[in-house]
Amino acid sequence: MAMTYVQKVIAKACGKPSVAVGDVVEPEVHLAMSHENAALVINQFNEIYKETGLDAKVWNPERIAIIFDHRVPAESSKTATNQKKVREFVAKQGISKFHDIRGDEGGICHQILPEYGYVRPGKVVVGTDSHTTSHGALGAFAFGIGATEMASVWTLGNILNVEVPATIKVNVTGKFLQHVGPKDLILHLIGKLTAEGANYKVLEFHGEAIKNMKTSGRLVICNMSVEAGATSGIVPPDEETLDYLKNVAGVSDTIEIFGPDSDAQYVQTINIDVSSLSPQIACPHTVDNIKPINEVSGKKINQIVIGSCTNGRLDDLEAAARILKGKKVARGTRMLIFPASWRIYREAMHKGYLADLADAGAIICNPGCGPCLGVHQGALGDQEVALATTNRNFKGRMGNPNSEVYLCSPDVAAASAITGVISDPRVGG
Amino acid sequence: MGKVVFKTGDDISTDIIYPGRFMATVLPTETPQYAFADDADFNKKLKSGEFTPNSIIVAGQNFGCGSSREQAASCLKGYGLVIVAKHFSRIFMQNSINLGLQTVICPDIEANEGDELEIGDNFVLNKTTGKKFNSEPLPKARQAIIDAGGLIPYTKALLMKRAGK
Repeated sequence: MAMTYVQKVIAKACGKPSVAVGDVVEPEVHLAMSHENAALVINQFNEIYKETGLDAKVWNPERIAIIFDHRVPAESSKTATNQKKVREFVAKQGISKFHDIRGDEGGICHQILPEYGYVRPGKVVVGTDSHTTSHGALGAFAFGIGATEMASVWTLGNILNVEVPATIKVNVTGKFLQHVGPKDLILHLIGKLTAEGANYKVLEFHGEAIKNMKTSGRLVICNMSVEAGATSGIVPPDEETLDYLKNVAGVSDTIEIFGPDSDAQYVQTINIDVSSLSPQIACPHTVDNIKPINEVSGKKINQIVIGSCTNGRLDDLEAAARILKGKKVARGTRMLIFPASWRIYREAMHKGYLADLADAGAIICNPGCGPCLGVHQGALGDQEVALATTNRNFKGRMGNPNSEVYLCSPDVAAASAITGVISDPRVGG
Repeated sequence: MGKVVFKTGDDISTDIIYPGRFMATVLPTETPQYAFADDADFNKKLKSGEFTPNSIIVAGQNFGCGSSREQAASCLKGYGLVIVAKHFSRIFMQNSINLGLQTVICPDIEANEGDELEIGDNFVLNKTTGKKFNSEPLPKARQAIIDAGGLIPYTKALLMKRAGK
């Protein structure tokens, strides 16, 4: 039977020759990731073991990753106490893929996992975070689950009752114009599909523009695939994937890669030529409310955010620094930078990007989820407007239901910081 | 049989159901107080205890989109609410099944606040208007989790089986 990429991954993880769309299976989990919400997973895990007479040990401590990123350093005693509880659990269970609040190895989970080579092509990755879809950038079938489901994975090592999803093939051709890139592509695609257009389905990315895209860009498009409702976004692995794993993530073992069958069945095929794509903006309060930049330019912005698991990588900071070097953030607009990991932070520091951004007036914050979900720093005032490279603009997302969030690429964010209004980076700053 | 106490539209995100700033609160006994926290009126009504268990929220498409936060399901479960929506976002739906929050997929549902609904195995009857709508049954594998009383007892049973107990 001809299979899509995700069908092949699931079949392998189930030890079966093939699986069909709609089959209900229980694949083996290669990596199970949580962040601060591991505190809730621990509660549920203990509930499972309660009154069983069995010793509450996780199925495999090597396959669990826990990364503190949502509220670092802790913003409240409640968070600090939860983090302490997780630390104690990690020590007791012998979980080695643990990234505490540290300047040498900390960062956002969706950057740490690829950066440390924890994610492998062709494997099943689950995470208690909806943006776990990011790891499809390395050819994993990666998707978000809830805390109770994770407790079940910690217990059994399988994820129960997974329905093999149908796949939408996305063919991306052409070459991006200057100052247009992966973020614009995925915003455009979400606008086309709508917020529920890919519900229960996988987006499988192909084409020349994907082939030429670095892993950092693939992480952007897979990260935001969930905003179209997709269970997962996946780039079948290729030379770039192997190069990233070897040279960036430092993986030394041999990695076997495969692609979908050439006659695999897709429920839908979408063709996009990026050659004529302009910078795209997601307008309040849904991610599928997409407009080309010319329709919203001139909108006054109070706070600009560059960072998050979507666009806080080195190339994002480089793009922003190039635009802002020698310039100033407009008075009346504040700019926050959240690198996606401390490794990125240090590289951006050594390359001078952080100095360029701070000289322009930006605040350089510590890596973490920061203001993206309104729990830590960078809250908005009533009627204030943010322009962010993050992934969601839901009402109240940045901590205030009486504010607005627009989403964009790092280039647009940086160009807009200079003017204080939404500005097209292709028009001289 | 329950009364519609709240009607809402499409794409109700987990940030609306359970705002991110309350995510440090995890216990199902504590999450209900923050259900729809940014909708002061509905939040107050929920907390006042004026809604009996099995009261119904009627929603449009893609209810629960966004974050995987389980609090969005546990905070509604705490009030014994039933959610009838045109369809649900995947992670929210799975969390609801895992925690035993009753969700009903009813693509053509028409109901207003105050209407009385009867929820059958494969239909929703609006007793107030007399209109009957088909609902979609859950896949068997998911129904098994509900029948077991949620994912915790379901997993516990599998664990005991594996341990030969």
